[in-house]
Amino acid sequence: MNHQSDYDKIEKTARAKSIAAHTITYLFLAVWAVIVLFPFYWMILTSLKSYGAYNSEYIPKFYTLSPTLRNYADAFTAVSLGRYLLNTLIFTVITTAIMLVVITLAAFAFARLEFRGKNAAFVLFLSMMMIPNELVIITNFITITDLDMRNSFAGLILPSVTSVFYLYLLKENFEQIPDNLYQAAKVDGTSDLKYLIRVMIPISKPTLVTITILKVIECWNSYVWPRLITDDPRYFLVSNGIQEIRENGFGRENIPAMMAAVVVISVPLIVLFLIFRKKVMEGVSRGGTKG
Amino acid sequence: MMFKKQWNSGLKGWLYLLPALLFLGVFMVYPLVDVFIYSFEEGYNSASQTYMGTGGYNYSYVLHDPYFLQAVKNTFLLVIITVPLSTGIALLISLGLSSIKPLRDLFQTVYFLPYVTNTLAVGMVFMILFKKTAYSDGLINLFITWFGGNSVDFIDGPYWAKMFVLCFYTIWVVMPFKILILTSALASVNPDYYRAAQVDGTSRFRTFARITLPMISPMIFYLVITGFIGAFKAYSDVVALFGTNLNAAGMNTIVGYVYDMLYGDSGGYPSFASAAAVILFAIVFTITCINLLISKKNYSL
Amino acid sequence: MEVILKNLTKKFPSRDKKNRNEVTAVDHFTFEIPDGRLIGLLGPSGCGKSTVLNLISGLLKPTEGSIFFGEDDVTDLPPENRGIGLVFQNYALYPHLTVRQNILFPLENLKGKDRLSKEEMQKKVDEAARLVQIDGLMDRRPRELSGGQQQRVAIARALVKRPKVLLLDEPLSNLDARLRIQTREEIRRIQRETKITTIFVTHDQEEAMSISDLIIVMKDGVVQQIGKPQEVYDSPANLFVAKFLGTPPINVFDGRIRDGRLWIGGDAVLDLKGVMDQEVYVGIRPEGFVLNDKGALGCTLRGVEVMGRDISVVSVNDAAAGPAVRSIVGAEDRLTQEARHKPEGSPIRFDVLPRKVFLFDRRTEEKIDYEVRQRRNGD
Repeated sequence: MNHQSDYDKIEKTARAKSIAAHTITYLFLAVWAVIVLFPFYWMILTSLKSYGAYNSEYIPKFYTLSPTLRNYADAFTAVSLGRYLLNTLIFTVITTAIMLVVITLAAFAFARLEFRGKNAAFVLFLSMMMIPNELVIITNFITITDLDMRNSFAGLILPSVTSVFYLYLLKENFEQIPDNLYQAAKVDGTSDLKYLIRVMIPISKPTLVTITILKVIECWNSYVWPRLITDDPRYFLVSNGIQEIRENGFGRENIPAMMAAVVVISVPLIVLFLIFRKKVMEGVSRGGTKG
Repeated sequence: MMFKKQWNSGLKGWLYLLPALLFLGVFMVYPLVDVFIYSFEEGYNSASQTYMGTGGYNYSYVLHDPYFLQAVKNTFLLVIITVPLSTGIALLISLGLSSIKPLRDLFQTVYFLPYVTNTLAVGMVFMILFKKTAYSDGLINLFITWFGGNSVDFIDGPYWAKMFVLCFYTIWVVMPFKILILTSALASVNPDYYRAAQVDGTSRFRTFARITLPMISPMIFYLVITGFIGAFKAYSDVVALFGTNLNAAGMNTIVGYVYDMLYGDSGGYPSFASAAAVILFAIVFTITCINLLISKKNYSL
Repeated sequence: MEVILKNLTKKFPSRDKKNRNEVTAVDHFTFEIPDGRLIGLLGPSGCGKSTVLNLISGLLKPTEGSIFFGEDDVTDLPPENRGIGLVFQNYALYPHLTVRQNILFPLENLKGKDRLSKEEMQKKVDEAARLVQIDGLMDRRPRELSGGQQQRVAIARALVKRPKVLLLDEPLSNLDARLRIQTREEIRRIQRETKITTIFVTHDQEEAMSISDLIIVMKDGVVQQIGKPQEVYDSPANLFVAKFLGTPPINVFDGRIRDGRLWIGGDAVLDLKGVMDQEVYVGIRPEGFVLNDKGALGCTLRGVEVMGRDISVVSVNDAAAGPAVRSIVGAEDRLTQEARHKPEGSPIRFDVLPRKVFLFDRRTEEKIDYEVRQRRNGD
């Protein structure tokens, strides 16, 4: 019976150890969750405080008893937040659309067609994946300036279209479609373009959706190029808009209104993310980076 | 299947490639060549598009510019602090995530949020949290005084304080990607190894050090390399915290220096900008190569 | 529509970087495929049979030679203009389209005067679906179908344009054994009903033998023999064909002819006429053995295997090329019953049936014709 009591002891300590380990793990994870979420909480909280209330709090309060939407009204009226949002939307939609067309055609050529020089062209494309944006942005800035396309959507969009990485992703996906499907279509007299549109694109829809989401995130958050190429606030995107609001915004340092603008800018992507959570995370783990 | 499309010559293939080639040629290949040319053209005048001569003057100017040296110092500090810290914390968090079942999805979703937020916009929130103004010491200073410390202005104050905020925000921003990659790396380790270790009575730490770590080390190296590259290119998070006039704040980065040379209050010098960009590229390239060498060496062990 | 292949040759660039020689997948293939028949193109994998099919379909262009459909030279015609239907081994159904849309797909490609109205298209689709008996599955997607059903859809898609020639590439190899037999009967029925010239490729000789009007046996890009299945089986042109057809496979022995006698090891098996003395390969079909205590050929018993209705006696002989000599014998035979109770290693003797015995040249492996002077047996 001595053994039995030994076993009991071992079981007990093991259970206690495992409970302790779990508690510590959860505690640790919860701390990081708070660090991640707190800025979001603070920006929403601040955006709901009135200007007067906020500025009278020498010691910031963690709650507000008199929430107001006034700041949101200010964000849309006192500064052109609506225009920034609209600009960003136009920029994002057109850039993503053009990119999708361009990379789909190119990926099809690489994955499906046979032509002289294909491999050389593909190596060229691949090598471009390693070129940092900082290196080419200077000439692009001068090119767009010379073309007199500063402060225009064309100037914003055109250099943002190229995405070698997404082209690569799509080509890999296209190549997984069995050759027999193409041969079957050929026998039935399907043209290449029709095969691409009717067969390859529908089959590759999941990848195309992933690419679209990643590009939309990229466009929505782009800052450097729009900053270089636009100095007319009528063409500002949200990133530049928020910087403009910060520096010359509401005439005085109206932090609650600024936070309201920040909330408005952040919400669309967060909603998009929550809807397509799986796709976004899968897409990012397949090759997204931040920065 | 040895199938080839033969009744049509190569023209069609190039036709499909044409749009991509045009974009790539105009906005990547040509600029890539051009930036090196710019960087050697001395006294380039963007208004008249003329230059006085060629040589290494642009490089020597940039390398002697105190603003550039400050930017290099800032960038290196940022890299050295954030890359190991963020990778380490991300590893801890991923280990935690992979050891729990309930709430795991929720945590993962929450942790990923910074990835989909606008760096500029959320940086503004960090600025408010850390800033000390005439009206208020700000929330972080409130905590510091609770614990008996002295309040400090993290945004306009001493250098170490500014560096601290910058590193903190950078880590906050890069964490989602690292957690995501490491959690999926951990998930792909065959659980049989853990079962075998458990049966043998291997301690948790030993299991981690001898099984988990070697298994996921390729992914850790990948994260370190992309982390280095990303941190060297830091810019928009700096702007978010300290505004666009980074030289004045003493918080400029190499990328920031490039853009400031190109455009803005101190801009109009594409040659200097090009030289700085080439230097940046050289630094990143060298460090990536060193990283790859180290990782190769570790593999062969 | 008859299909005529003249001197058809296809060479591929070698994949081996060091050896730049071209690989000849199809070598001077000449044959006339009669109208309205079911033809089995048979050979081991890699023998070029699929290449022949792709040449007929137009997916590949021949290096040399020409292809005629009836009077028309179609050698340079793109596949869509040849009027063929093609069914792939893995079916190649469009995964994102329903069964109906899959079958409709070829019709939607028709242009100009060939273009059908919506109603006509639907009518044709329904017709094709009824022919292969999948009318109940029209709104499903391929992944919701079993392998056999997918195969039917693929056939319907190939038939909907009423092709002049139907080509099937290993149509049964992705199905399980039971379904394979059922589906091959189905292919036979559909071919009989539509009377479309049908060529199907297979590596399974039983499959080819069971449903084809004609079989073409290929090896290394070269036609070995063409004929009705039974003719080819009963009179193989060379050792390869003899070995390739039939299960269990033919037994091959090293033999020699001396003074009009065929010797296997130390046993004289047959007395022959009209053959020179030489070393030969002797092929004996499993059903060509008859147990006889005083038989001409002596072997050592290994065991007796009962496989349903057949009983095969497995034995060894030093002159045999394979590890064992397998003979199929009558189950009711007294000697068979006795053999079942003999211990392993006992001597056992057979007579051989001359029409099941084939002689092949040692060097060329071509068949050597002979006449039997006298059957040697112990009776």
